[in-house]
Formats: sequence, C-alpha cells, structure tokens
Amino acid sequence: MSFTWNIPAPDGGLPSEELLLAFDRGRAERVLILPAWFDEANKLRRFTVEVMRRLDAAGIDSFLPDLPGCNESLAPLADQTLEGWRRAADIAATSFAATHVLAIRAGAMLAPAGLPGWHYAAQSGPKLLRGMIRARIIAAREAGISETSDELLAIGRSEGLTLGGWHLGAAMIAALEIAEPALAPGQHGIAQPELGGPGLWLRAEPAEDAAQADALARIIIETLG
Amino acid sequence: MNITPIIDGQLDEDALDQQLQTLIADVLGLDPAQAAAFDSDSGLFGHLPELDSMAVAGLLTEMEDRLGIVIEDDDVDGEMLETYGGLRAFARAKLDPLQTPS
Repeated sequence: MSFTWNIPAPDGGLPSEELLLAFDRGRAERVLILPAWFDEANKLRRFTVEVMRRLDAAGIDSFLPDLPGCNESLAPLADQTLEGWRRAADIAATSFAATHVLAIRAGAMLAPAGLPGWHYAAQSGPKLLRGMIRARIIAAREAGISETSDELLAIGRSEGLTLGGWHLGAAMIAALEIAEPALAPGQHGIAQPELGGPGLWLRAEPAEDAAQADALARIIIETLG
Repeated sequence: MNITPIIDGQLDEDALDQQLQTLIADVLGLDPAQAAAFDSDSGLFGHLPELDSMAVAGLLTEMEDRLGIVIEDDDVDGEMLETYGGLRAFARAKLDPLQTPS
C-alpha cells in the first residue's frame, strides 16, 4: 500500500523521491488521486483514503502521490510552484499509467488535461488564498497585530508568506492569485451536495463520514462500471 | 444543505438562524439539534477550543458563499466572533445594510 515514486529533475539532475499510497493490483481502471492542500489535506486525508478503499473493493486501482514539499517530502514547501506541482501531477499520471483522475478541492488546479475524471468540490487559487490569509489576519489580531490582505499579498508576491504554518514561496502566491481549476474534456465536477452532507474540510477538526465516502466512490464506480 | 446564495433582505429571522446554526453545526460536527440550542450569548471564538483561526476563517468563507455576502478584513473583529449573537447581528447587517444603524 505504501510505495515511493520518482520525479525527474527538470534540469536532468537527480530525481526526487516522494511517498505514494496506492491500491495497485494491475487492474484496467487506474485512478490518480490529487488530494486537497495544506490544512484541508489533513482534514480530508482519511476521507480520501476511505474512498480509495471503496474503489479497491470495486476492482479499481488508485494512486495517491505526495507532491514535493508535502507530508514527508525532503523538498522544502517554500520552493514549490504551481507549475512544478502541475508537472509532478503529469509525471505521476504517466508513471502510474493512470486512466482517470480524481482531483479534490485545490487539487483540481493540477488535474492533467489528458485524463478523464472528476473534480470534487474544486477550489480556486484566489479562494484558497483568501481563506488562508483570513486565518492569518484573525490569529494576528488575537495577538494584537494588525495586518490586511493587501499588505500580506504584496509581501507574499515579493518574498513569500507563511499562512497557517505553511510557508509558500513568492511564485506560488503569485500563481495562486489567478489560478482557476478548469474541467478538461471528459472531466466532470462533483458538487458537495451530491455527497449528501457538509464538506469535511469545513470541520474544525479532522473527521470522517462513511456515507460521504460511499457517495463519492459510487459516482466513480458507476461511471467506470 | 442549502448553498444557494440568498438575495439581500429576503431572509427572515428564523431562516437566518437556521442558516447560521447549520453552518456552525457543519464546522463543529454537531447534529442540527445541538446547534439549534445556540443563543445570542453562546460563546464562539475564544470559547470553543476547536474553533481556531483556521476554522473561523473557513466559517466566514462559507458564510460568504451561503449568504451571498462579502466580508472585508475590517469587518472581522472580536465582537462579531465572540458570541453567536455577535455573528448573527453581523450577518443581519450585511444582508440589510440600509436597515441597520452604523
């Protein structure tokens, strides 16, 4: 279930090695999972893997790669760019011979255009930044420090910014300010109400919901079946 | 779950309570009956340990989507976040800007 995967360096240097969670039994349908980001990644991790377990039981392989800079990666998060993560997602799709993609929340901004599949509750770059910057402003205010979105974004664009403990580089901030997920041909949006409950990323603490995992897996299984 | 933005002024008091209580239930993982017990004095930010700045930011962003309002940096202060009543008064003022004394 736990593996590693390699991302070749763009300049021909040493590849970077990242972790991979996979249910790979060499089956015909192989779904690349691009998870939610940052704080939402933690809140949705168990839900995401629960969906993968259901796909496995239904005879569908799935692959959840760590992107560089995330989880146990040796690469610093501050060095990551949106373009670099898109490249990593494309390489992951090829490496795992993925036939479909399930992109979750902000992960939808990375969905390889060549794969059919699903964007679950897709999140745009501006909305993601807005929420993270707001959290920082609220925390700062509690500490008696006054910050504004405009000031923080200006700093972020020039030197990067730490938001909710996540250190994002200047290139990542600038790219996220305008990044929108786009449904490529063969890709379909899944809105939260289709899962019959509130989004688990909203929860103050990580939680799970078997009925929602069933619902998301069912949408995929029914399409592939 | 109702995520359709509501046109300004068309939300009566009970409907606003229901929207906000559902939202808080969604954030805190309560069942709707528990959230319905929230009253004006119920403490929020600073009173509920699980409601940290990230969770509050998520709550405000979801409030924008569900109520069809825009919350500015300057709107967010201790008073609006401290109690359910504060949050409710804030939402009401955003929905009916002309009817609320500034």
